[in-house]
Amino acid sequence: MTVAPDELLPAAAPAEPVIRRRISIWIWLLLGFGLISFVRVLTGANEMDSTGTLREAVNASVPIALAALAGLWSERAGVVNIGLEGMMILGTIGAGYFGYWYGPWAGIVGAMIFGALGAALHALATVTFGVDHIVSGVAINIIAIGTAAFLADTFFSGLKGGGPTQSPPIDAPLSITVPGLSDAMGSLEAKHWFLVSDLASLVGAITTGLSILTLLAVALIVGSAFLLWRTAFGLRLRSCGESPTAAETLGVNVYRYKFMAVLVSGAIAGLGGAFIVLISSGLYQNGQTGGRGYIGLAAMIFGNWRPAGLVLGAGLFGYTDALQLRAGGEAVHALLIIIAIVLLGVAVLQYRRGLRFPAVMSLLIGLAFALWFFTTDAVPSDFTRMTPYVTTILVLGLASQRLRMPAADGVRYRRGQAG
Amino acid sequence: MGGKLDARRIGLALAAPVLAIIVALLITCVILLASGSSVSGFLSTIFSAPAERNVVNIINNASILYLSGLAAAIGFRMNLFNIGVEGQYRVAVFAAAVFASYGWLPGPLNVLVAILLAMVVGAAWAAIAGLLKVTRGISEVISTIMLNAIAVSLTAYLLRQVGVTTGSNLATKTLPEDSWVAGIPLLPSAPNELLGLSVLAVLGGIAYSVLLNRSKFGFNLRATGTSASAAVASGIDVRRMVVVSMLISGAVAGLIGMPLLFGSSHAYGTTFQSGIGFAGVAVALLGRNNPIGIAFGALLFSYLAEQSNLLEINAEVSPDIIAITQGVIVLTVVIAYEVVRRYRAALEQQRVAAELSSSAPAAEATPEATR
Repeated sequence: MTVAPDELLPAAAPAEPVIRRRISIWIWLLLGFGLISFVRVLTGANEMDSTGTLREAVNASVPIALAALAGLWSERAGVVNIGLEGMMILGTIGAGYFGYWYGPWAGIVGAMIFGALGAALHALATVTFGVDHIVSGVAINIIAIGTAAFLADTFFSGLKGGGPTQSPPIDAPLSITVPGLSDAMGSLEAKHWFLVSDLASLVGAITTGLSILTLLAVALIVGSAFLLWRTAFGLRLRSCGESPTAAETLGVNVYRYKFMAVLVSGAIAGLGGAFIVLISSGLYQNGQTGGRGYIGLAAMIFGNWRPAGLVLGAGLFGYTDALQLRAGGEAVHALLIIIAIVLLGVAVLQYRRGLRFPAVMSLLIGLAFALWFFTTDAVPSDFTRMTPYVTTILVLGLASQRLRMPAADGVRYRRGQAG
Repeated sequence: MGGKLDARRIGLALAAPVLAIIVALLITCVILLASGSSVSGFLSTIFSAPAERNVVNIINNASILYLSGLAAAIGFRMNLFNIGVEGQYRVAVFAAAVFASYGWLPGPLNVLVAILLAMVVGAAWAAIAGLLKVTRGISEVISTIMLNAIAVSLTAYLLRQVGVTTGSNLATKTLPEDSWVAGIPLLPSAPNELLGLSVLAVLGGIAYSVLLNRSKFGFNLRATGTSASAAVASGIDVRRMVVVSMLISGAVAGLIGMPLLFGSSHAYGTTFQSGIGFAGVAVALLGRNNPIGIAFGALLFSYLAEQSNLLEINAEVSPDIIAITQGVIVLTVVIAYEVVRRYRAALEQQRVAAELSSSAPAAEATPEATR
């Protein structure tokens, strides 16, 4: 069983490759940031990383990150959770009902309870009865869509401002703005300088109207990273996902850990649903998760089943999502050249590693994106809507060979198998 | 397996689905009670005899669901989770609708070529996921989910390029009338007819059964599904199997929209029925990937959906409750199969133990019951 310390936390382990990797993630981030800044100056698409876009990106990333974190908990304990989308949907109706009647904080708690209820069903099916994890997840998604639609009709029909498919407006929980800093960053951003203005809008984005739920999400991610990788509890939980029979022989109650992990997973996914209701839209609507549970799953896989990785993945998907929502055709158009540059870089790397065929493929796809950029002025809205999904496939396609999921993830386990 | 049909074996085989339906109805009733809705109104509406018009609707929708279930089942048989039936069927029906609307070919030939085109397009869309799996190791579950979302946007974009707007509905040009497929009068006194191309469901079922049980490919498919490592050991090219079964699954997914396109809507538009692909996944699970089982699953889902239309009027219950019932059935049926399997295994053990202890000469070796 390989247990590598996570790169989010100060490394106690002096292992050399781990340190190199920790630096490289920051270098990658910096490179990406520089690239965006460069392309922004080049194309004049200032909306690419304006404060507004970045704030939208943070808001779009949080539900995805929460879904991904939910997936992390469950899959680290060896239970594949395709039902995340459903648990998020249950979270949205929980947040809608309790948020409307008892205020935003009750909405948050209600969402987590509803999410956990969906998770309890998943745990019962997969852990107790050994049902295939994907089958159970698919069923939970169907049940959740039906439950949310049915409850919405029952709860909100006839309410003023509500209807059979949506709730009346719901108050948002507390948000924080740092007064002086926020304004100063705004004026710096307006200068459109290379790198400086981009940094300013980044700082501006996280000091203006930052939701308390975002802070909660950050705390949950850091806390989970600590709990799962730095404590005996976390080691036992992850051992259930790597080798449940070995864990059993060491006296770990695998059923209990799996159950607990899936319940936590559901509560976190439900919280993601609450974020969409309370922060992103301000009311409950049928179908408002829009597949974010699935994207969260992809972000987790992209992040190699690790907290820091999933944050990166969620940020990437949240950013492309925000870009198409807020900045539209022009900024997504600029994204084309970024994709082209990245793919050309990948092609060079692959070629130097001796991977001739993948290198040629990356080169060709990259050239296609460049051609698309230079022959058009904007990207049609339908294509911008595809951006997060295409990005997911591209990223998984380029990174999948280096990913490693927990060894016993999705494998059926029954007590007493260890022999 | 003795070959004899003993009552207990049949009873056990039926126990699981019946148990699942009863439990699902119970859970639905609990939810109705908890939300203060009318349980008796729900039950009496669901179990009321459907009118002839509704019977035809049920069979029509069941045939469409059946095709969707077959598409998903082919993948499931070799442990491939093709969640992408929805996207495959969308791009396929769009392509067929555009092609057929030009009417380049005379009637029946136009229909035939359009159907083949739908199969090819559906297969091509599914092939993306298959190729990504074998070349890049991307789980088909994730890639097909992403491809579903992409299919929605892609068809919306293309529809905007070629479609015509009538009222608020954007749709492809209406098919020339000689390409419409006539309905089959199933119940003489019903005002509506069976969709002509619902025969595709029957043909599909037969083809599925023959392919799986009578062909070398089907044997390899089932072998790979049972144990990929054993399949590799016996010389089966698993990567090729993955791509080929995705292709077949996608081709069948391409058929799903055909009865509706040629029989009733005559164009692909923004209002074209969606969600059939996901329902098909559920139906395949319900029917245990067995051609007859899937038919029962499709009929059950279709029946529940048709009856639910009356819920709002008769019992003031939101028809969405049926989605809960359907989802719970899927979950309970797999759980019930597992429970029955464990029970059967225990029974088997008991019997073997009993036979051994009674020192019967060379106790007949009973093969482990298949799942």
